[in-house]
Amino acid sequence: MAEYSVFSLIANALTGNRSWKPAWRAATPKPRYDVIIVGGGGHGLATAYYLAKEHGITDVAVLEKGYVGGGNVGRNTTIVRSNYLLPANSHFYEWSMKLWEGLSHDLNYNVMFSQRGVLNLAHSPAQMDAYARRGNAMRLAGIDAELMTREDVARFVPDLDVSPDARFPVHGGLLQPRGGTARHDAVAWGFARGADRRGVDIIENCEVIGFLRDGTGRITGVETTRGEIGAGKVGVAVAGSTSQVLSLAGIQHLPIESHVLQAFVSEPLKPLLDTVVTFGAGHLYISQSDKGGLVFGGDIDGYNSYAQRGNLPIVEDVASLLLTMFPSYGRLRLLRSWGGIMDMSMDGSPIITTGPLPGMYLNSGWCYGGFKATPASGWCFAWTIARDAPHDLNAAFTLDRFHSGAVIDERGAGPVPWHH
Amino acid sequence: MRITCPVCGERSVAEFAYEGDATLPRPALDASAEDWCVAVYERENPRGPHAEYWQHAQGCRSWLKVERDTLTHAILGVTLLGRFSGRTGE
Ligand SMILES: Cc1cc2nc3c(=O)[nH]c(=O)nc-3n(C[C@H](O)[C@H](O)[C@H](O)COP(=O)(O)OP(=O)(O)OC[C@H]3O[C@@H](n4cnc5c(N)ncnc54)[C@H](O)[C@@H]3O)c2cc1C
Ligand SMILES: [Zn+2]
Repeated sequence: MAEYSVFSLIANALTGNRSWKPAWRAATPKPRYDVIIVGGGGHGLATAYYLAKEHGITDVAVLEKGYVGGGNVGRNTTIVRSNYLLPANSHFYEWSMKLWEGLSHDLNYNVMFSQRGVLNLAHSPAQMDAYARRGNAMRLAGIDAELMTREDVARFVPDLDVSPDARFPVHGGLLQPRGGTARHDAVAWGFARGADRRGVDIIENCEVIGFLRDGTGRITGVETTRGEIGAGKVGVAVAGSTSQVLSLAGIQHLPIESHVLQAFVSEPLKPLLDTVVTFGAGHLYISQSDKGGLVFGGDIDGYNSYAQRGNLPIVEDVASLLLTMFPSYGRLRLLRSWGGIMDMSMDGSPIITTGPLPGMYLNSGWCYGGFKATPASGWCFAWTIARDAPHDLNAAFTLDRFHSGAVIDERGAGPVPWHH
Repeated sequence: MRITCPVCGERSVAEFAYEGDATLPRPALDASAEDWCVAVYERENPRGPHAEYWQHAQGCRSWLKVERDTLTHAILGVTLLGRFSGRTGE
């Protein structure tokens, strides 16, 4: 498949855009691969890409039960940031940020990464203190952070209600200037194309329905709706379906619950909001997409769910928070809302590890922040699969941290996954 | 989603607080650390019927055990917990 370039754009435009080729082959499963990745979401595709690119492992298949981009990778609100406090998280997410910064060039695919800044609002002096601490921790880790006064915030986001008589008056905020958004579908498509060009088979409409094991209990492949496929190693990256897929291998309990998160988009508008803003006295995050729609969301619904749709209380909550922040948005119409199923881990941090069975590797626990992690998650998971050991960046993201006590509870919410 | 509280009747889910998985027996206070780890962290996380605790936090404040389908959100049954359960439950 040809490189995308300004010349290919012009050549195709002059010929009526009729000569574009599909971005990846519709592969049919071979009887065996060195590595099988279960789940063709952002993380599974990125893993296949980095296996090929960084480790020269190209005899790889990505098995996706639906179509590429149909899961959370195509349902999220596209916010990318690395403003974490705990060292394990801040180093991992900052590595992801660095990969994002070169991703469009690396993939030869425009993922529309836009570093428009992510601003967290503070609504009390105590919250300003907490943000000062977080900002200092970030800067010590080499990550950009700027504490903003109320006046800075008012200049940065002109439509925001910063008046003293607001229900939760804005005191200031913490800005990560390098944060921003990326085009979610493009990320899935770009990694799929990049992996395919290096020889990876991307096999859609292929659901894993069982695992093959040898006499010692080692995983030796998978059973799928398109037949049995052998593998030297099997990596599982199925986000909200993690418990379901691992139960096929006899693992009945994991430190994970599946919860529904909703998102919303308004009718398309002229440019209105040129950054990402999050409310600090409740939970709301908003940005404007390149198509013009305001894209926003809030809390998860808060109960276990596989429904891929939520309930009205969150719609009401999100709408009222939006109008608290931006009273002038009250006349906009909502275009669409939808839901995705989150793999909420018990401490709110991810799992990228060898095991839990011999021959198996697990990538999960993304909660509702896994889109920004996509490049580093794939990069670290590929390393872990290729070398049978974690990289320093994901060494803390084990499964057994819940038993050893080394949990990574960024929010300090305890083992209550619907509060992370 | 609407939940029928045995005391108050059918109400919007907005009145209820979710309190988690009700399938796990609480270990004895002197149980091993491993037993406690399992109870605190390990979940079956089923796709289908699930037993869970809810509290009618904005109503009568009763604790309830609710059977609910996590795939369809259908409420399959509600039982009152605690000292009043014998009077109005089931
Ligand atoms: C509404 C919403 C908003 C979000 N907002 C943000 C945000 O702003 N920023 C951020 O960083 N994160 C956000 N997230 C989280 C982020 O989208 C997820 O953490 C991330 O996409 C999960 O990884 P993935 O892309 O690999 O998942 P998915 O795209 O869900 O991939 C998993 C794939 O596995 C497949 N699969 C499942 N079972 C099987 C099987 N048996 N066999 C084969 N394939 C199978 C599924 O079909 C799916 O395609 C949001 C999520 C949602 C739903
Ligand atoms: Zn009641």
